Amino acid sequence: MSTIAQKKGFGATLWDYLTTVDHKKIAHLYLIAGGFFFLVGGLEALFIRIQLLKPNNDFVSAGFFNEILTMHGTTMIFLAAMPLVFAFMNAIMPLQIGARDVAFPFLNALGFWLFLFGGIFLNLSWFMGGAPDAGWTSYASLSITSEGHGIDFYALGLQIAGLGTLIGGINFLVTIINMRAPGMTYMRMPMFTWTTFIVSALILFAFPPLTVGLFLMTFDRMFGANFFDAAMGGNTIIWEHFFWIFGHPEVYILILPAFGIFSEIFAIFSRKRLFGYSSMVFATVLIGFLGFMVWAHHMFTTGLGPIANSIFAVATMAIAVPTGIKIFNWLFTMWGGSIRFTTPMLWAIAFIPSFIMGGVTGVMLGSASQDYQYHDTYFVVAHFHYVIVGGVVFALFAGAHLYWPKMFGTMLNEFLGKITFVLFFVGFHMTFFIQHFLGLWGMPRRVFTYLPGQGFETSNVISSIGAFLMAAGVIVLLVNVVITSVKNEKVGNDPWEDGRTLEWALPSPPPYYNFKQLPLVRGLDAYWLEKMDGKKGMTPAEPIGDIHMPNNSFIPFTISLGLFIAAFGAMFHGDEGNTWGVPVLIFGLLFTLGSMFVRSIKDDHGYHIPKKELLDDKDLGGKA
Amino acid sequence: MHVEEKMTVEKWPASPEKQTLEAKNKFLGFWFFLGGETVLFASLFATYLALKDSVPRSDMYLAKDLFEIPLVFVMTMILLTSSLTSVYAMYHMKNFDFKKMQIWLGITVVLGLCFLGLEIYEFNHYVHEFGHTFTSSAFGSAFYTLVGFHGAHVAFGLLWITTLMIRNSKRGLNLYNAPKFYVASLYWHFIDVVWVFIFTVVYLMGMVG
Repeated sequence: MSTIAQKKGFGATLWDYLTTVDHKKIAHLYLIAGGFFFLVGGLEALFIRIQLLKPNNDFVSAGFFNEILTMHGTTMIFLAAMPLVFAFMNAIMPLQIGARDVAFPFLNALGFWLFLFGGIFLNLSWFMGGAPDAGWTSYASLSITSEGHGIDFYALGLQIAGLGTLIGGINFLVTIINMRAPGMTYMRMPMFTWTTFIVSALILFAFPPLTVGLFLMTFDRMFGANFFDAAMGGNTIIWEHFFWIFGHPEVYILILPAFGIFSEIFAIFSRKRLFGYSSMVFATVLIGFLGFMVWAHHMFTTGLGPIANSIFAVATMAIAVPTGIKIFNWLFTMWGGSIRFTTPMLWAIAFIPSFIMGGVTGVMLGSASQDYQYHDTYFVVAHFHYVIVGGVVFALFAGAHLYWPKMFGTMLNEFLGKITFVLFFVGFHMTFFIQHFLGLWGMPRRVFTYLPGQGFETSNVISSIGAFLMAAGVIVLLVNVVITSVKNEKVGNDPWEDGRTLEWALPSPPPYYNFKQLPLVRGLDAYWLEKMDGKKGMTPAEPIGDIHMPNNSFIPFTISLGLFIAAFGAMFHGDEGNTWGVPVLIFGLLFTLGSMFVRSIKDDHGYHIPKKELLDDKDLGGKA
Repeated sequence: MHVEEKMTVEKWPASPEKQTLEAKNKFLGFWFFLGGETVLFASLFATYLALKDSVPRSDMYLAKDLFEIPLVFVMTMILLTSSLTSVYAMYHMKNFDFKKMQIWLGITVVLGLCFLGLEIYEFNHYVHEFGHTFTSSAFGSAFYTLVGFHGAHVAFGLLWITTLMIRNSKRGLNLYNAPKFYVASLYWHFIDVVWVFIFTVVYLMGMVG
């Protein structure tokens, strides 16, 4: 492995990315794939808003509208938000703890390919007889009776993608426990690393119930089982429980990393250490814990009874406490700081009021008796878009601008970044603020049209215009990315100049081995401490020596491909006159098992970068 | 110590499964994986308990009509014994006695195969004697899913342990494959623990109605 900069051909680059196990390249893959699905989901959102622009609109049919709204939710949660969050976790977390890679580089790649094949499988439904149409929650009472293969694509696609997420979660847990640099104690870990840690634990315990729910759905729809068929003794409520036992932690899986990114941004651009660091850690852990206790607040109107509803209502409202702690800590971090209004900081500042509005409506919805009034109206739609867009998507935009130089070595244009912010921020509030009132006035969610003369017309026009403003903001960001990539002006280690944590001590982008010598961490905000002591970089904790690196592998791709093939067999084997379904199912599973077998029997010791090469390698640095 | 180093009894460390960073990661990661598996089986148990004896017609067989303790008791003893034999295998692994480890792993695999054979016989019995199938009722779906998931785990474990035994049969133990044997035995114990719960929740509680 030569460290001399070489211009690689397209084929070599492609093969490199297909086989890579480097967490920084896998982060690129997650960012590109997640970004692509974000655009797809956004396009679906625009279709929804065009359809609702005027009463009795016939831009899309009722059935197609169901497919669009289902795929909008499913795509945005599973195929856009999750992988984009994973992109930043992969790109930044190992650098923040001073590690040379994640604990399981091979599994890291496997997680990505499983997600990508699952996502592609799900979206192939558009071209193969229709997408799923039972909502992103896919309640069994709807999904069991849905015609065609749409729901099958949902069940199998999410199964494959979910497996990848679970693998990623375990990987990050082990990485953070075992791979921290000398001196990096738990209470010196940056907030983003802490949130990654807690979120990985949530993934570990939240995804298996989804796995089981999807298996039951698969068995019912494709293999003749009767879990959800009341006529055969089944019970559709089982799906609701499993979905929300997964689904509620899932929203924390999305929002906690967002909190982590914002915590970094507030500290960097206020030039102050994060206020109340230990209470932030505590609040993160508490939110993660309580997140498992509240799933039935999605099921208040299911009829679980007043006792269950009350318990879940109280537990739900309790989550407002640790979240409030965080909000105040961010405000106090800015208090008295020397604030710079960069693009990431603008997103962070805008996040606070936006997210609080979503939080307040969340407490309103958490009150079980009131929920009967709000249930299935646009009020709910407004609520969750305020927390997910105002929280998660703002953080993804902020993180993209903040970490772009660390991931790609160039700075996104600040002026265009601010235009993106203004367009998206205004568009976001324009789209969703009015939907609170639409909901209170009685407009039901998930219905493809509405009648004139109910007072919904003007509000829906405002909402749709807002959606187009958001789209314009995203287009400006894409233009920004293209311009930045073409100019390709390389930046140094710490392009924001106020970086506090270890990743800013490394070149942008870091060398493939990250740290030539593992750094010695002397406290919270390790790099900032060194800078304040007048040092240029980190103090090394070890002499320069050989570095052990993992080998690239194509097997993650083939393992995932096998499951992708098997899913087609499972889906079509029950069709009338189908003869190839079962053989294809078996072939796909054997392909996956065979790939695992090859991985198992072939020794993979990795390779060593010799000490001499590291000593010669002056520019690539990675000094400590 | 290096992973590829040729090992002798004298050099063999006390915890060969945790000597390298990769091994430590594997050890911890596998425990987390088992944590996730626990939630998976907990979900399947919950499904089973919710749908137990849930049948569409009153003339269909229920748990108390189906299960017979002698067969399931034999299966339980076989699987518990296989867990014990895998402990012996790990004991010899820690003492760098490759041959004895292979023998005890071999016994473990044979016992696992016996268990699977009896399970197939049991399922076959329910299907043909009682018409209790995967598609006959929600109870049937839940029963075969829970017990079948366990059975599939046993089958995968057998493939895994056999692969390890054959792959390493010529070269003996080293610090690269010791953690592999160790986590495979952890997995085998986990399967055993799940079966203890199945025996209790499905069969014993099924007998009392």
